[in-house]
Amino acid sequence: MRQLDPIALGADIAAVVSLLGSASVGAVFADELRPMAGLFGLALLLATDVSRRSRQGPSQIRDCILPLIAALLVGATLVGALGAGLDGKATWGFWAAVIAVWLTAWRVVTALIAAGREGRLARTLVNIGVPLVFGATLLFLWEVIVRGTGVPSVILPAPSAIFARLASSVPTLAVDFVQTLHGVAAGYVIGCGAGFLVAVLMDRVPFLQRGLLPIGNLVSALPIVGVAPIMVMWFGFDWQSKAAVVVIMTFFPMLVNTNAGLAATGAMERDLMKTYAANYPATLLKLRLPAALPFVFNGLKICSTLALIGAIVAEFFGTPIYGMGFRINAEVGRMNIDMVWATIVVAALFGSLFYGLIGLIERQVTFWHASYRQRSA
Amino acid sequence: MLPPRAGELSAHPTEGARPAMTMTSMVRRVWQSQATAVLVIALAIVILWYGGSIVMNAQLQRDAFENADQKDYTSAQFIAGTLNMERPKLPAPHQIVRELDKTVLQIDPSSKRSLVYHGIVTLQATLLGFSIGSILGVLLAVLVVHAASLDKGLMPWIVASQAIPIIALAPMIVVILNQFEVTGIVPKAVISAYLSFFPVTVGMVKGLRSPDPLQLDLMRTYSASRPETLFKLRLPASVPFLFASLKVAVAASLVGAIVAEVTKSEDGGLGARLLAGSYYGQTVQIWAALIAAAICACVLIGIVGSLDRVVSRRMGYAR
Amino acid sequence: MTLVGGRSDETEAVPRSPRPPGGGKRVIDIANLSLTFMTADGPVHALSNIDLAIEEGEFVSLIGPSGCGKTTLLRVIADLETPSQGTISVNGESPQEARLKRAYGYVFQAPALYPWRSIAQNIALPLEIMGYSRAERAARVKKGLDLVNLQGFEKKFPWQLSGGMQQRASIARALSFDPTLLLMDEPFGALDEIVRDKLNEQLLRLWDKTGKTVVFVTHSIPEAVFLSTKVVVMSPRPGQIHDVIECKLSRERTLDIRETPAFLDLAHRVRQGLREGHSYVD
Repeated sequence: MRQLDPIALGADIAAVVSLLGSASVGAVFADELRPMAGLFGLALLLATDVSRRSRQGPSQIRDCILPLIAALLVGATLVGALGAGLDGKATWGFWAAVIAVWLTAWRVVTALIAAGREGRLARTLVNIGVPLVFGATLLFLWEVIVRGTGVPSVILPAPSAIFARLASSVPTLAVDFVQTLHGVAAGYVIGCGAGFLVAVLMDRVPFLQRGLLPIGNLVSALPIVGVAPIMVMWFGFDWQSKAAVVVIMTFFPMLVNTNAGLAATGAMERDLMKTYAANYPATLLKLRLPAALPFVFNGLKICSTLALIGAIVAEFFGTPIYGMGFRINAEVGRMNIDMVWATIVVAALFGSLFYGLIGLIERQVTFWHASYRQRSA
Repeated sequence: MLPPRAGELSAHPTEGARPAMTMTSMVRRVWQSQATAVLVIALAIVILWYGGSIVMNAQLQRDAFENADQKDYTSAQFIAGTLNMERPKLPAPHQIVRELDKTVLQIDPSSKRSLVYHGIVTLQATLLGFSIGSILGVLLAVLVVHAASLDKGLMPWIVASQAIPIIALAPMIVVILNQFEVTGIVPKAVISAYLSFFPVTVGMVKGLRSPDPLQLDLMRTYSASRPETLFKLRLPASVPFLFASLKVAVAASLVGAIVAEVTKSEDGGLGARLLAGSYYGQTVQIWAALIAAAICACVLIGIVGSLDRVVSRRMGYAR
Repeated sequence: MTLVGGRSDETEAVPRSPRPPGGGKRVIDIANLSLTFMTADGPVHALSNIDLAIEEGEFVSLIGPSGCGKTTLLRVIADLETPSQGTISVNGESPQEARLKRAYGYVFQAPALYPWRSIAQNIALPLEIMGYSRAERAARVKKGLDLVNLQGFEKKFPWQLSGGMQQRASIARALSFDPTLLLMDEPFGALDEIVRDKLNEQLLRLWDKTGKTVVFVTHSIPEAVFLSTKVVVMSPRPGQIHDVIECKLSRERTLDIRETPAFLDLAHRVRQGLREGHSYVD
């Protein structure tokens, strides 16, 4: 019944090769780290072996822990070795160890997925754990490849360099963030609010709907960021012009989505309101708007990304001397690529948090919608 | 000009089907038709635009009269002035049309002053990037559906990337590729490609997963192999999802190409026109470039849309 | 031919109900009513020359194949459709006036409960729209829950309940503002037969207890005969009334009555009517 797992086998071979490398030729590590690394390589070897042995066992998550820890330790040692003078001078033993870590991580991912099929808790754990392991592995590979082969930082800085830059530039990044946030927040509130209100108005006036909806659908697909230079001319370099771009970018998607939501009520539900002789405001408040909420939130989520794109791209066209778009453009010009990455990390964090926050509110407000029912039932 | 959305708005099936053809009912039918509504709204926008031009350019015009020491002018002169300025705050529609006429029809398309030239530059990068990005997106989606580790490990990141303004990477990619002496169309296409890649991947994963369990069970009763299931069931089922995401992707590609041209404008393109216009305060030129970009977007989406219609009719998805 | 239960001998004889319809007061009066839909394929005669009178306290079923206009007729009574010709009065007024006075409760084919509202909030929906006070709403919701045996489920959401429970909640909602007239459009059509039997019994008891006038659309012969004081047999193309059959069964009937000769005879007559109306022809 025992099957040969090529990934585990590969990991073992790579671990052995790296052990040989570290023990004999001294090709992996600086002198003071060599014994420690040898130990870790051994741990890696043992861990993969242990996990392979207990494959048939019922609690597979537990089997992942040992190789995971081993991979983490060895990985950390490898990164540490880079710092101890191996930058750009890594040799075959080092790469063998890298491959061993990578394959072990792969094994952990596969094993975790297999374990995730048993039970609800396991599934949640796996749904969070697997992307984390996957992402960490990618970061690790990025780090060691960039530093081990000595890629110049003007082309691709290592994650550690980006993080260091991020940590040392918090005040600058904070000022940039606040500047961009200003434009995003003002534009988002105005644009989405106006889109929503016009959609409600449109729903009341069929003529407007017939005329505006096709225009809205069309404009939603246009490269609206192009209005940025015009808005900069009209509203100046400061955040107001960015807010204006964001307003224009978010208005139509919000309009189209809200409109679709207001049309989402079934004939039966509307007839029901008619049998109560309900007036328009009552129908709107008690039926149309609640039923439209999933669509409204979809629009809000789409617009959260659009708002960020609009503000950052608008800043490419001219800002006072701060703002995330400005920072990216300026540091690219000065070849400070690590600072560019640091700004992008901030933008990514901001975007995810913004989106996540709306998603969280959505889940609270539209708990009744089919896509969430299983969770809350 | 507008993609027809037939049937979408005919909420009242009994209306408009009455055979009676009196004058009033005809007027009513014309009034209730979608084309009329769109035309009326578009006309209203044009009128508002003219009004906006007069109001926004009023101060500039007053200054202009003052500088020319022209104290007494009629309001007709004043309005005519606001609508025909060299560098207005908001150019009037006819000025944009005249600029488009000049730069599209009058000037030789191979000249750098022709909008057709710049449009083609942008479209080439867009289409190249869009094709690469879409193909890679479809391939990755196929892999994701078949490999659990990619599905669980990579897919969450790809989905999360949709909340991130990845377009912010554009200037950096242009500059880095420049260091490898990769210039011209390639950096722009790379940006277009990665912008179209994500929506296509996400849409196709959804599409390839769209067959319901019964249909998949049917393939199992035939003991179909994975490739057979892919080609006979998953791929055909994913076609509507593919086209929906292609429409999003092609629009994103165009934005990517334009933003890349803003970053590095030597090679021309509509983004370069936008940037040049904003440097020199040539508002009419900016607006003309914007309209040209909008037309490009319409053409691209129109092509994808008609492909969608043809394919879905062939495949029996037609509505 | 088995006679089950002690009450079966009553059903043979006349005594229809201990509580006769209130002095023959007409709740619904329809004369010479027609409704033609204009479609792209030409006019469709959904209803043609309908004459029907329904008295207070009656339970009237409209039965017929799909396309015979039974639902359309119910919707005309509810002012959800406007007739092309003829007259109709509900409580002596036009259907629109009756609707604006909230004269009837309507139960649809599906429960049509709002998923974002709990069961109690769903039952309170018409009360909110009609401006009842908070205390009054609470009292009536409680009464409604008791009426359909849904005590303890008020905080649940519709999607957490079975189909039969959902439909019971929708009946409670229709009755919450105490309309004298209840219009039901195949309310149990989507439920399985066992649940449907149970709900039929409950509905009958509810009707007996409250004395409402009920107009009930169905395509089930046993359901129509079991529930009704009067079965209106309709036929399609154009939709019209083929026959009206009086069902003089006792008010306190149980499901067992469906085995009795009187019941079978009535069912036979309904089926005969449907056949004569070409309901079994394609």
